[in-house]
Amino acid sequence: MLSTDTLAIPRERSMPGPSDPGFDTLALHAGAAPDPATGARALPIHLSTSFVFESSEHAASLFNLERSGHVYSRISNPTNAVFEERMAALEGGVGSIATASGQAALHLAIATLAGAGAHVVSSSALYGGSHNLLAYTLPRFGIETTFVKPGDIDGWRAAIRPQTRLLFGETLGNPGLDVLDIPTVSAIAHDAGVPLLVDSTFTTPYLMRPFDHGADLVFHSATKFLCGHGTVVGGVLVDGGRFDWSEATRFPELNQPYAGFHGMVFAEESSDGAFLLRARREGLRDFGACMSPHTAWLMLQGIETLPLRMARHVENTRKVVAFLMAHPLVAGVGYPELEGHPSQALAARLLPKGCGAVFSFDLKGSRQQGVAFIEALKLFSHLANVGDCRSLVIHPASTTHFRMDDAALAQAGIGPGTIRLSIGLEDPEDLVEDLKRALKAAEKAR
Amino acid sequence: MKLVVDGREAYCYTGGKPFDPALPCVVFVHGAMNDHGKFTLLARWFAHHGWSVLAPDLPGHMRSAGPALTSIEAIADWLLALLDAAGVKRAALAGQSLGSLVALEAAGRAPERATRLVMLGTAYPMAVPAALLELGQSNPLAAIDRVVMYSFSTLAAKPSYPSPGVWLRGSARALMRQVLAHGHDPLLFHTDFAACDRYAHGLQAAEKVRCPAHLVLAEFDQMTPTKVARELATALKATVHTVPAGHFLMQECPDGVFQALRKALA
Repeated sequence: MLSTDTLAIPRERSMPGPSDPGFDTLALHAGAAPDPATGARALPIHLSTSFVFESSEHAASLFNLERSGHVYSRISNPTNAVFEERMAALEGGVGSIATASGQAALHLAIATLAGAGAHVVSSSALYGGSHNLLAYTLPRFGIETTFVKPGDIDGWRAAIRPQTRLLFGETLGNPGLDVLDIPTVSAIAHDAGVPLLVDSTFTTPYLMRPFDHGADLVFHSATKFLCGHGTVVGGVLVDGGRFDWSEATRFPELNQPYAGFHGMVFAEESSDGAFLLRARREGLRDFGACMSPHTAWLMLQGIETLPLRMARHVENTRKVVAFLMAHPLVAGVGYPELEGHPSQALAARLLPKGCGAVFSFDLKGSRQQGVAFIEALKLFSHLANVGDCRSLVIHPASTTHFRMDDAALAQAGIGPGTIRLSIGLEDPEDLVEDLKRALKAAEKAR
Repeated sequence: MKLVVDGREAYCYTGGKPFDPALPCVVFVHGAMNDHGKFTLLARWFAHHGWSVLAPDLPGHMRSAGPALTSIEAIADWLLALLDAAGVKRAALAGQSLGSLVALEAAGRAPERATRLVMLGTAYPMAVPAALLELGQSNPLAAIDRVVMYSFSTLAAKPSYPSPGVWLRGSARALMRQVLAHGHDPLLFHTDFAACDRYAHGLQAAEKVRCPAHLVLAEFDQMTPTKVARELATALKATVHTVPAGHFLMQECPDGVFQALRKALA
């Protein structure tokens, strides 16, 4: 007679079959099952700073990474963990870390790999906040950045130094939507023994999964399309788990003993998860830019409909782009699907489902006409954000860049009549109608 | 820790503590296309609770020099040589999947050296579908995807492994891809799985085992279904522990496997 022992372990109540689920299914189910304690179908918000230990021995084993579990919500939280697993599933990564904002995610990525004396090679076509961090703030901490135009392939290669710790770019660069040639830039990075970090905020995993093209790390301002409703600020840093840190001489942070965690060698603890282990055990622990569980829950609410929303965002954007292209007061539209856009061929290859819902166009006319256009809009909200389900607009010359004269604006790739739109989920006919009315107002303001 | 076994460098994870051969020793043997990382939580716990731990990367896997060995018997001999190199006379032998067969065969070949036998996610015979073996030769990346697909029973394993926030399917896939790339052997998948498929000495080995034996089985295992372990369990007079998980049980149900191991090694 055999001795049998069925262990008293809480069982998850969903048991999907063997097939690897598709994107839409993962967007709803990855990381979450009905709550084993209550049966709640929707994910509970675990608004608890800390979690009770079973015993002193259990506490010690959690602190020493002998067992997995939650200790304190700055380091991990059950609601955040679902968001993290879901994002990793959607991106095709091994795991992720939820952060207080997209900026916090970028900082966490860099701070995990780089210290004083280190160097970053970055695309020059960046969100202003990322540019500020790299160009002005990180140099105070001894981290230098060389900026290269995203399409300057030789420039990427030439900028790498022995101190370079990562290459960085956006899937769709700001403000011209240059598509980052991830296969080529990642190959350059890997030849040099460094990873490629990609900001995928504008595209989300629905339109492109950068890991499939060679990127090693991805982050998002989850505030934008992932949340999708303009409600909360947050970020997420995802690891593709493919970069081999074990023998890379540039990364002693990952393959040499770390005095800050009992001499742990992260690459020995996990061949595929070393980066995330250090980022969580050091970066979240010490810098503390964690996400609130309430925010994680709202992010998950958004992600559940991400495939539906992104498809509609793109569909609406194409209709608005077509309208603007045909309007006599529009000098040009910068959308990578259009003929003549410098990234058109790359976009067709890397972004076949669409190039997102944020783009700029140029009004023929003065800065004043741009102001008149903005002020005549009724459906589009004038504010400094993108990726909301509502359509948004901003006129850089009179807002974010108002201190610049026309010559300085031109250098930044912005004209006096440049308008940035973030297309929402309204009826496209209503959006076109709103734009039509505002263009008329701009014409009169001549 | 690096050792030299049969003239080749062998890497052993020791649970975050220096290896002390004077302590009771437990050896954790990973499965096909994996490395010691499948056992790091268990290795750390036992290393910090009175045990010395050896969690090797098998030959040709990640940090241990190749080539990979092509039979369970050869890997079992290598494991016993590893114990010699580490200065270990007797040890508890624990392994998962391919590693469980290696532990069984080693415990059968040198019964005086095994203090416990713990077979996790195991079956005997460990038949591998011909289609998977063929895929492993023609398209190992697709074969890895296939194994990942069949090795988890849920999309929401908690608390995840080795820490919250890890997507287990992605982690398993990435590790196997790294093992493949690191080994510079495009046939490694086929080598490992063919070794499982060909192994035919399980019941003979079980007859020779003298130490207490434990099987830790996964209730929803589709790679090594629990019913295929029955005959072996009977032959070993084993205690059978069952956890609610798929084949990668240490990752899907780390707390359950931990409880089982504590009982098995008590």
